Amino acid sequence: MKNNYDLIVIGGGPAGIAAALSAWEKGLREILIIERDKELGGILNQCIHTGFGLEYFKEELTGPEYAWRFIKMLEDTAIEVLTDTMALKVTKDMQVHMSGKEAGFAILSAKSIIMATGCRERARGALGIAGTRPSGVITAGAAQRYVNMEGYMPGTNIVIIGSGDVGLIMARRMTLEGAKVHAVVEILPHPGGLLRNVSQCLNDFDIPLLLSHTVIDVQGRKRVESVVVSKVDENKKAIPGTEKVYKCDTVLLSAGLIPENELAKADGIEIDGKNKNIKTSAPGIFICGNALHVHDIVDNVTREAIETGDAAASFCAKSQNPCRNDVIYPKPR
Amino acid sequence: MTDIAIIGCGIVGAATAYELSRYNLDIVVIEKENDIAMGATKANSAIIHAGYDPSPGTLMAKLDVKGVLLAKELCSKLDVPHRHCGAFVLALSEEETTVVQYLYKQALENGVTGVEVLSREEVLRLEPNISDNVVAALHAPTAMIIDPWEYTLALAETAVRNGAHLKLNCAVTGIDIIDGGYRVLTTQGSLETRAIINAAGLYADDIHNMVAEPLFTITPAKGEYWLLDKSEGTRVNSVLFQCPTKVGKGVLVTPTVHGNLLVGPGNILADDRDDVSTTADELEFVKKTAVRSVPDIDFSTVIRSFSGNRAHTEIDDFIINEVKPGFIDLAGIKSPGLTAAPAIAKMAVEMLGENVLKLTEKKHFIDTRKRTRFNKLTPDEKSALIEEDPSYGHVICRCETVTEGEILEALNSPIPPHTIDGVKRRVGAGMGRCQSGFCGPRILELLAKHYNCDPTEVLQDRVGTYVLTSRTKEDEK
Repeated sequence: MKNNYDLIVIGGGPAGIAAALSAWEKGLREILIIERDKELGGILNQCIHTGFGLEYFKEELTGPEYAWRFIKMLEDTAIEVLTDTMALKVTKDMQVHMSGKEAGFAILSAKSIIMATGCRERARGALGIAGTRPSGVITAGAAQRYVNMEGYMPGTNIVIIGSGDVGLIMARRMTLEGAKVHAVVEILPHPGGLLRNVSQCLNDFDIPLLLSHTVIDVQGRKRVESVVVSKVDENKKAIPGTEKVYKCDTVLLSAGLIPENELAKADGIEIDGKNKNIKTSAPGIFICGNALHVHDIVDNVTREAIETGDAAASFCAKSQNPCRNDVIYPKPR
Repeated sequence: MTDIAIIGCGIVGAATAYELSRYNLDIVVIEKENDIAMGATKANSAIIHAGYDPSPGTLMAKLDVKGVLLAKELCSKLDVPHRHCGAFVLALSEEETTVVQYLYKQALENGVTGVEVLSREEVLRLEPNISDNVVAALHAPTAMIIDPWEYTLALAETAVRNGAHLKLNCAVTGIDIIDGGYRVLTTQGSLETRAIINAAGLYADDIHNMVAEPLFTITPAKGEYWLLDKSEGTRVNSVLFQCPTKVGKGVLVTPTVHGNLLVGPGNILADDRDDVSTTADELEFVKKTAVRSVPDIDFSTVIRSFSGNRAHTEIDDFIINEVKPGFIDLAGIKSPGLTAAPAIAKMAVEMLGENVLKLTEKKHFIDTRKRTRFNKLTPDEKSALIEEDPSYGHVICRCETVTEGEILEALNSPIPPHTIDGVKRRVGAGMGRCQSGFCGPRILELLAKHYNCDPTEVLQDRVGTYVLTSRTKEDEK
């Protein structure tokens, strides 16, 4: 680990790795990727289903396979990688505060920074679902981690709220693991995820997709015992008299992903996700992947990340500013 | 025979245990749940009220004002997050100015210091995001916001470090009057004690009725709340009340010590003390009422909604009585109970000292507490801490920046957490915008490792709130 870099990439998922590789190809040599997890790959590591890479590689890969192709490419470069390390703060004057078991606490300076911090799932609170607050209500992605990474089942009788791709994939995954998925409840009149996922994950397993329906009540004081599902009108308001009780011990939430960009925003850096603008308001700080806006497929993340790596490299080529070196941790000994 | 049994370890039980642990006494604290602060203390507005609200002459008025001063002192001594942000009661119409004037006079009568009535312009200068309809406001600068869980934990933990015994998962099933005291029957056997403090919160009437004629009935008053993301945390600078009505202090908008925005509570009388479910209607009511004070609250940033039950009784005051020799009710401790708790505790100790227990002060009473808050450290401190113990470099909760070191510290503390929510209440992991989507599995893993149990045994919160059901098929082999 050095004190100064041409480029620091925050996040070692598909966006971060592709951006770093692209900057390397454009001639940047001092590049660092900071990854909070034990290994590179990001959320792809828990996406053990296929369907990745059809556009970019023209073949069908699993999530870990897709990630692995890029991780392998890093081997041919001198891009540095710090895993198990968390970026705590990013400043407009191009410093990154970070901490890790091995790395300790550090403040590094960079000529350019790429934020590739991914997204998070909308949790129950954000959905405003009333009722009791028992255990067994978790996001589909957290369930995916438990099943695919830790080898544990988060439940046996499932209702899924929202028909985002993670929820659809988990409907199939939980079924294959012996759980019963009673319904996928979608408030909109159309599914949230890809049609191929509706077909392969729900239809093929006879899992009902309830469009224009919502969960209006969660019941059970310890563990979830049931949910009340109701039809909604065109204003997404529940229609009285259409309620139906579904007994279940688990509710998975797949009702939207939110770009995780608070790290940049904390120092007042502005992000324009609506226009998919990879430049932030701070010159030299870029953002790409799901941290900028949520992408349907990872192939598009890769494309955008390559463009962002390019942009960071051109910025460094033009930039006359040397790195800050007044506040540096660990202090040089 | 033990000297004193405290039934219930919410804020009142914890404050009483702390106060009693100054003396050479055998203290047992009995809690039916698997953690402390699980009743009304768990879900409330987290406010230290200045004391202009209660009617002059009531215990509520007297103990509230006293409690503010004690809370201030305790928070700094025992490292409890708090902020002296002050409170406003807004008059949103000309008619309401009479209420504000009335509260001002009441504040003076109750001995609240620093209160003043501010003009529309003065209020808007201090709180630019409040409604244009504001006409005037009562300003009470002594009001604070606080972390109610850590406040309770700090008090209980200090009591335990000074020798008090805490029994969790221990429900009282009966009380016999015996020679020189009481026999308390619990789900973990019986114990004999010279004195009893009834701090059983929502169940204080049941405990009271085990030794005396019924005197009061607890009716839970449910309050529902919205908690908003930190992006809304600076919408207001202080606690903003609307004018109180017959049913209570009404819906408030306040920052929290963690940097979020809290909006609530509603107020409905419930019949089930354990029912803390939320309802769409009541949450909608809270929203509609709150925007009367602060019109631009961005409710799309909500991260959680919850509700809590307050211990209302038919008596419009706290019930603090020595019902039988050595048996003291601390009951009906509704709002401002969190504020008054340390003053209630002192009053209870005084009552016990009069003729039941001999109070001699300990020579070496431990009266300080400190825990690591990685997020608040300077770069130098962070650097040194991780060098000494690398687990402080490992961030587990990304939203709130809570490290493995802090969780391990809690797990090795005098009152360690046993559940995922127990960890949350102690160190804040899981309290942020992702609501433990990312850190939940890791905290579960840390708990399983620490208690050397199977991950399927780890609980979210109360008994029965299991998280995982079994291994996956492949892993069963």
